[in-house]
Amino acid sequence: MTTISGEAVNHPERMASRSPAPGEGRYRALVRLSRNDDVRRFVISVVGGLVLALITGPEGNGVQMLSGINGALLHPHVFICLAVTVGVWVLITVRHHFARQVEHVSGRVMALPKAVLPDRRVRAGLWLALFAFAIIYPPTLNSFWQNVLVEQIGIYVLLAIGLNVVVGYAGLLDLGYIAFFAIGAYSDAYWTGMLPVHPPLHLNPFWVFPLAILTAMLAGVLLGGPTLRLRGDYLAIVTLGFGEIIQIVANNLQGVTGGAQGVINIPHFSVHVAGIKYHWGLSNLPYYYLILGFIVLALLAYFSLEHSKVGRAWTAIREDEVAAEAAGINTLKYKVMAFAIGASTSGVAGVIVASQIGFVEPGDFTVQLSILILVLVIFGGMGSLAGAVVGAAVLQWLPQFLRVHPLFGYNQLDLYIYFGAILILMMIFRPEGLIPSRRRRREIVLAEHGVGSADAMESGHSGGGLAAVANPEADL
Amino acid sequence: MTPVLELVDLEVRYGSVPALRGISLVVERGEIVTLLGANGAGKTTTLRTISGLHRAHSGRIVFNGRSIEALAAHDVVGIGVGHVPEGRRIFPRMSVLENLEMGAYRRRGELKDDLERIFQLFPVLGERRRQDGGTLSGGEQQMLAIGRAMMSHPDVLLLDEPSMGLAPLVVKAIFSIIDQIRADGTTILLVEQNATQALQLADRGYVLENGEIVMSGPSEEILGDQRIRAAYLGEGAAS
Repeated sequence: MTTISGEAVNHPERMASRSPAPGEGRYRALVRLSRNDDVRRFVISVVGGLVLALITGPEGNGVQMLSGINGALLHPHVFICLAVTVGVWVLITVRHHFARQVEHVSGRVMALPKAVLPDRRVRAGLWLALFAFAIIYPPTLNSFWQNVLVEQIGIYVLLAIGLNVVVGYAGLLDLGYIAFFAIGAYSDAYWTGMLPVHPPLHLNPFWVFPLAILTAMLAGVLLGGPTLRLRGDYLAIVTLGFGEIIQIVANNLQGVTGGAQGVINIPHFSVHVAGIKYHWGLSNLPYYYLILGFIVLALLAYFSLEHSKVGRAWTAIREDEVAAEAAGINTLKYKVMAFAIGASTSGVAGVIVASQIGFVEPGDFTVQLSILILVLVIFGGMGSLAGAVVGAAVLQWLPQFLRVHPLFGYNQLDLYIYFGAILILMMIFRPEGLIPSRRRRREIVLAEHGVGSADAMESGHSGGGLAAVANPEADL
Repeated sequence: MTPVLELVDLEVRYGSVPALRGISLVVERGEIVTLLGANGAGKTTTLRTISGLHRAHSGRIVFNGRSIEALAAHDVVGIGVGHVPEGRRIFPRMSVLENLEMGAYRRRGELKDDLERIFQLFPVLGERRRQDGGTLSGGEQQMLAIGRAMMSHPDVLLLDEPSMGLAPLVVKAIFSIIDQIRADGTTILLVEQNATQALQLADRGYVLENGEIVMSGPSEEILGDQRIRAAYLGEGAAS
């Protein structure tokens, strides 16, 4: 092979520069443009928008092969998709240039975003405002949205808050979380006498709560005791298996659980204590307020736990389990504790759902649901209560909104495609989640600068050496 | 007087692979004792077994007259054994202050005096008390790890290669602080690869080889031993 022709093939631009052609100037400008990150990203975002339009557009049919493509690309729909992807491009570009500027101005690598999280009083105010909103707003909604609020948002917020303790605080990857939800639901069915096996006494579902909490906790301890000696991936596999076991047992143990047909006629809640008499009926709103009550209880409890000695132990375990053990922390105890607390929250949610819908079947407790809740927690920001609440609410609300909104109207079977895409974008541009905890954000920032690891499941070892550029007060 | 710490015929295995083949050693109150040996000799295993991170296969660990080989690691800390693990293992995303507080996890009550004492030993930690542990330099992290272990008020401090990966000047500083900690009344069992410096600091030493103690005695004696000089101190040709 001759060197000259080989070079010409390998380096077309060099050849272009050698032989002056009329289009040379334009060609070089194009090459230069294609090297510009912003331009390259822009092209990618436009192509991505078209692909998005194709994926989300109508299906093709056998008669007219191109109907799907035509329907997707010759429809206002394509503009929405382009707007989304180009919007992402704008965000990235602005952020990119802004970040460079900030770094240039401050000259400090370690300067952490200080003003992102408002101070304590503002935060308390925001919580109160959110709470007030959650009380006042729902009665104004129509019954469809009230139903969404209960079955899609409320329950999932509660579940996310519980899983946040396990995954976010203690750093334990639990893929069988929904099993405890099932245990709660079946406890409800059992104690109200709707299972083929009968309980010693029939209870109103309202009084099943403490029993379901205990049962789910016990299940959490039984599962956690032997398995929490495992770490990371191994624990994830075991919990995954546990989730499957519970679902399969519910499915196959016909004589106890009613099998695949499920259980029907689980009664609604009612209380009559000390003159107060109330019955939860078919309307959604009372269930919503019941869930809200439990959410507030859980938030208060977990907030104080997070800021107690227990929370500190969880953080230490997440950071370095061996060091935590060497510092005198009974790591197994605290891990089991986190597991049991998460399990009990999931159990409560199970009772609520069972009594609200009145019907439970094994198919309700798929592994996909465990993953979904994990996604909600990651989306919101691991280890952050506000993140769990807002993340779960937003991510559960959005699909419903898009489904009923005339402009979008997507096929719900595609839901997980979009979830996947959202998560990928999230991991690239905001890995710490929607509303990250202070510590988690530091983990991410430090990891970006090569100090420690942002992996919650792995003990981080730090390189150090950044002390010279670090500002001692920067993160406080 | 009974020794603070005594290992009697301690045997440790990883699966079926023996790591310690029955070692015995004694640490008297107020001493600095160093445990020397090449990579894989079993030094770290010894410390981890004492502090309960590994189970002994057989043999006894006696601390202040009490058998502790069956105790869980977190309980061993509670009775007065402080462990500074290999590779420091500070909590990188906790501040210096939080790291130190973690060291006192088993204790109740006021930490102010203890913190004051740590900051006296390591002034740089006081300056950087609000900084994340992970942003400290290697030497500062080592100081933090030692400080964290000191927060539990140990009778015996187990130090696992405090000189690892540090500049000679920093090693010198840390060794002189170890001496000071001993002077303040804490007994020290020091694992080192840096044999010369460790022996200059320690009162007595043990040399570990393939899970067995091949030599023990006062530091000067080990320093003077021809075989040891050849094998560990990098002197003379290999025999």
